[in-house]
Amino acid sequence: MTKSTLYAKWISLVFAAFFLAACSGNDTKEAAAAAAAAAAAEEQAAQEAAAEEAEQQAQVKAQEGREAAAADVGTVFYFEFDSSSLTEDARAQVDAHIQALLGNNDSVRLEGHTDERGTREYNLALGERRANAVRDYMVANGLPSYRIETISYGEENPVAYGSGESNWQQNRRVELK
Amino acid sequence: MLIRRASLLALLFFASSLHAELQIEINQGLDNPTPIAVVPFGWQGLGAAPEDVAQIIDSDLVRSGQFAPVSRRDMLSYPTRETDMYFRDWRAISAEYVLIGQVTLGTQIRIDFQLFDTTRQMAIDSGTVTGPVTELRMLSHRVSDAVYERLTGISGAFATRLLYVSVTRNPDAKDFYRLTLADSDGQRPIVLLEGRDPILSPSWSPDGQEVAYVSFETSRPAIYRQNLRTGAREQLTNFQGLNNSPAWSPDGNTMALVLSKDGNPDIYLLNLTSRALTRLTRHFSIDTEPTWMPDGKSLLFTSDRGGRPQIYRYDLRTKKIERITFEGTFNARARVAQDGRNVALVHQRDGRYHIAVLDLVTDRLTVLTETSLDESPSIAPNGSIVLYATKRGQDSILAAVAVDGGVRFSLPAREGSVQEPAWSPYETP
Repeated sequence: MTKSTLYAKWISLVFAAFFLAACSGNDTKEAAAAAAAAAAAEEQAAQEAAAEEAEQQAQVKAQEGREAAAADVGTVFYFEFDSSSLTEDARAQVDAHIQALLGNNDSVRLEGHTDERGTREYNLALGERRANAVRDYMVANGLPSYRIETISYGEENPVAYGSGESNWQQNRRVELK
Repeated sequence: MLIRRASLLALLFFASSLHAELQIEINQGLDNPTPIAVVPFGWQGLGAAPEDVAQIIDSDLVRSGQFAPVSRRDMLSYPTRETDMYFRDWRAISAEYVLIGQVTLGTQIRIDFQLFDTTRQMAIDSGTVTGPVTELRMLSHRVSDAVYERLTGISGAFATRLLYVSVTRNPDAKDFYRLTLADSDGQRPIVLLEGRDPILSPSWSPDGQEVAYVSFETSRPAIYRQNLRTGAREQLTNFQGLNNSPAWSPDGNTMALVLSKDGNPDIYLLNLTSRALTRLTRHFSIDTEPTWMPDGKSLLFTSDRGGRPQIYRYDLRTKKIERITFEGTFNARARVAQDGRNVALVHQRDGRYHIAVLDLVTDRLTVLTETSLDESPSIAPNGSIVLYATKRGQDSILAAVAVDGGVRFSLPAREGSVQEPAWSPYETP
């Protein structure tokens, strides 16, 4: 039940009470019965409102839980060398974000990055492939594509400046923002 | 007070240009460089000469790796005119060639020079270059070009400029990018654009008057062109996805570029007059890094349509695509010398990325470098030297190697990283 239908119910109840009061010259028994009925309806409406509020709170709590879970897995997804396939770990991370995003209206930006090996412009294309791989996976799991923007930085803006696999693996990534 | 302010301003300018300034280290020259004496030039004008012209020429010739300078301390005389030349003074110190000259300040500045062969005891070249006082360094490089051409038979490329991206690392926040223009010896750096957003793919218009590049300043990549004389700047593309690798056609009318607006990276041509966009490649693979053959009839580009990145040629007339690199599993980002024969590219061997030259006539690929993270080759307009970026420690530096592998020098920045060098064409005024 939505809030507006609840209000409509309240208003009709109040209207009924007025009507009954206007008829006060007639059978008082009937009036009392009507008043009792109104009171019962009022109580039922209040119960329904409380139930709805509880349900809403539960939903908010569940969404908060999903968003916390998404925050827990982090917003950086790592890739293998020269690959734009989501690893097992990355897929689990993205799954958590999809669950959170299905429950809100947030838009996201996926920024693709590569390590420093190879040429800069080819790496721009590779970074875009990685961002697109995350986007496509999100869309396949129900997230509308208009809520997702992708961009590639290639090997620009590295997280780790040095060379060697320990640095490179930190730079082969898609960041969700 | 006025003087103090002027010196403060000079200091500020000096401090800001330091970030982008390059130094030069000669790593390898020829085994038997030709000894040449560049005698301090005479000066006719008020006050002291604004530049040591002979020193600029001397450094140019040394950097070529083909000449050995004669120290001024060893010179027995400092002639500035032919009448003061005594060949025995120069034979005594084994100088094969002697360059003398005078600098004269009028409404413009003029350099007169004369080149002597001490064996034949005669003048073998002479000339005059004239221009605004502010261009004295560039005029000196033009003298170097004349001397180099007279002695080697190859056009000099000293009176040219370099475009490159300098990056100041910032581990706590975003890196700082500068698009910088400098003389071919790394001097007189000018920052064309700076900011916290990446700048990529700087390239030259064929007349050397304009540059194009990619900037992320709108938080998305877009291609811009900028006039070096007027400073006028224009955004050329703003498509969804990639906008990169701008490459001017040899006639200056068209720009090849990479867009992924239709799904994945493909090569497009942008007509700079009508703004019409033509799609050249249509393939689900990555097609990128277009570059023009000097005759403007075909383009080279990188594609992984065969599984791994290789260089392909697109013929504009037949619209046919053919693969041109077959050695190794990675060949990318080609740049073609003006003769249309030598192609500099990035070649992977044993997991290391080197600069190599592919000879289109013999199909022979020669690896020129031994470092492992080399990229962004750019060929000097005379075709003799490949400038590229490589890594030293955590920083990227510029380095250069002769196409025949004989000469090497590096150009590290005083501070930070330098990447993506683009050697200018000869400027057409």
